[in-house]
Amino acid sequence: MSATLDTAELAEAGPRQDRPRRARPGTWRYALRRDWQLYSLAVLPFAFFVVFRYVPMLGNVIAFRRYEPGGSLFGESWVGLRYVRMFLNDPSFWNVFTNTLILGGLTLLFCFPLPIVLALLLNEVRHRKLKRFLQSVSYLPHFLSVVIVAGLVMQLLAIDGPVNQIVKALGGEPAAFIQKPEWFRTIFVSSEVWQTVGWGTILYLAALTTIDDQLYEAARMDGAGRWRQIWHVTLPGIRPTAITLLILNIGTFMTIGFEKVLLLYNPLTYPTADVITTFLYRMGVESSNLSYAAAIGLFEALVGVVLIVSANLISRRAVGTSLW
Amino acid sequence: MSTDRTRGYRVFQGINAVILTGVVIVTLYPFVNIIARSFSEERYIVGGQVNLIPRGFNVATYKLVVSDPMFWTNYRNTVVYTVLATAIAMVLTTCYAYVLSKKHLRGRTFLIWVAVFTMIFSGGLIPNYVLINSLGLTNTIWSVVLPNAISVFNLLVMKTFFEGLPRDLEEAAAIDGLNTYGVLWRIVLPLSKAVIATMILFYAVSFWNSWFTAFLYLNEGDMFPVTIYLRNLIAGATGAEAAGAGIAEASAAAANIQAVTIMLTVLPILAVYPFVQRYFVSGVMLGAVKG
Repeated sequence: MSATLDTAELAEAGPRQDRPRRARPGTWRYALRRDWQLYSLAVLPFAFFVVFRYVPMLGNVIAFRRYEPGGSLFGESWVGLRYVRMFLNDPSFWNVFTNTLILGGLTLLFCFPLPIVLALLLNEVRHRKLKRFLQSVSYLPHFLSVVIVAGLVMQLLAIDGPVNQIVKALGGEPAAFIQKPEWFRTIFVSSEVWQTVGWGTILYLAALTTIDDQLYEAARMDGAGRWRQIWHVTLPGIRPTAITLLILNIGTFMTIGFEKVLLLYNPLTYPTADVITTFLYRMGVESSNLSYAAAIGLFEALVGVVLIVSANLISRRAVGTSLW
Repeated sequence: MSTDRTRGYRVFQGINAVILTGVVIVTLYPFVNIIARSFSEERYIVGGQVNLIPRGFNVATYKLVVSDPMFWTNYRNTVVYTVLATAIAMVLTTCYAYVLSKKHLRGRTFLIWVAVFTMIFSGGLIPNYVLINSLGLTNTIWSVVLPNAISVFNLLVMKTFFEGLPRDLEEAAAIDGLNTYGVLWRIVLPLSKAVIATMILFYAVSFWNSWFTAFLYLNEGDMFPVTIYLRNLIAGATGAEAAGAGIAEASAAAANIQAVTIMLTVLPILAVYPFVQRYFVSGVMLGAVKG
């Protein structure tokens, strides 16, 4: 806040003491005198945002500067686009970039529509208690740490785990799924679905309850069957919710689930599992090429912003729903 | 919607029941399996014979894990981190949300944008890592409890809730001589027990479950939260298997210990889950009113 802040004056002024002859309403001075206690409550949280959110944003300049461990937060000297050129010419970068797009795309493809389907199905359950039970069960995985989920995945897919028991029962050879690059995407996406689908239904179920019953009556009058009612009444009813969530999902497209990738992958599965964030984690934190990793991270964040802004723009133009 | 009794609809209901039963089974199966494994004897696990029911029931592995002092140290760390981080988060979030809920406040829009913008754009992993290092927080408890002290989503939920409180009450209290702090502490907070409880739950669960900040910034074993303890078990297992040789014994023993550690880590969540779940749901709905 760049207000002209007269501390001595502020200290004098008691709460809610308006002195209009010295400060006119509508000026900063007036606002500060009247609400200084409120502003004082905002100081610590504001400092939190500045230090832990905005300083790192500025800290991205090390993508264009040479950073030395232990040196200045913002690097030592300008190197221009050196690190950007470095990653653009790095074949491993293009590999992780492709992996990110594929994993993100698959996750979006399954984790976005499935909650809608599940919500529609749950909505057809007439028995109240049963419905509540079903919801409770389906929300449960959402409350688990990603470490636990990774642990469960390892256990299920272990050589002696249930999945291999089924494989054996069907006459197949047990496989070490977790070490096969060709299985990684399936494993990742299905565990993501397992964990998020139930929770994802919450907002849709809420949206469904707000749809006016008269619309269904009217549709029935017009001779619409069950399916046509869903098509013409239910789906349009939850469309704003769906679009909002779609935009949000697109916004997190690039970083989605990277913690789980970090927990589940291993050098054998790098070809399909390694994503931008895990790559820059290894580059930056493990190998201390912090400037190089920051350049990649900045690129990743910019792609994310472009995605969310354009999704927002498209949806505002096309269907009139947008986040801002 | 009134129910139609058409034949097609009844068929649909049947199919729906089958699908939803499938969903329940798929969701719960991993839990049942992990419980069964944690109580089974190793040789049955290695033989791939443990499914829904423990084979060779025993609690030996539980005793083994529980007797590891590091497990308890890490478990206690998780409790300490969760409590401290939640306390800090609640103070900061409540203060800021209260300020943001005052519509007459000059600069309010700016203060809101300061928070909301961080949802769209963030500094990223590396600058954050550099920052924490530069501040000298690495290997201290602060590196775990400070960087995620405010969740913007929670902030907006609280702000929306505060905006819904009757203004007259606060004004009356102000006229009776309470200053802003007094109004917040004696009038607003007592009226906000529901949302405060929900926010505490949101924060506590997320701090209880978090692992990555600790993984990044803590180096010493006796400072780890229990999630890192578990993560290292898992990583150890993949490491051994990735090496290729001697999978059988090494990873099987690890599998048993993993199962038990997963059980012990997830237990608090499972224990409180039935009681707190509905608060989460209402909290999410509240947050969804105004994104």
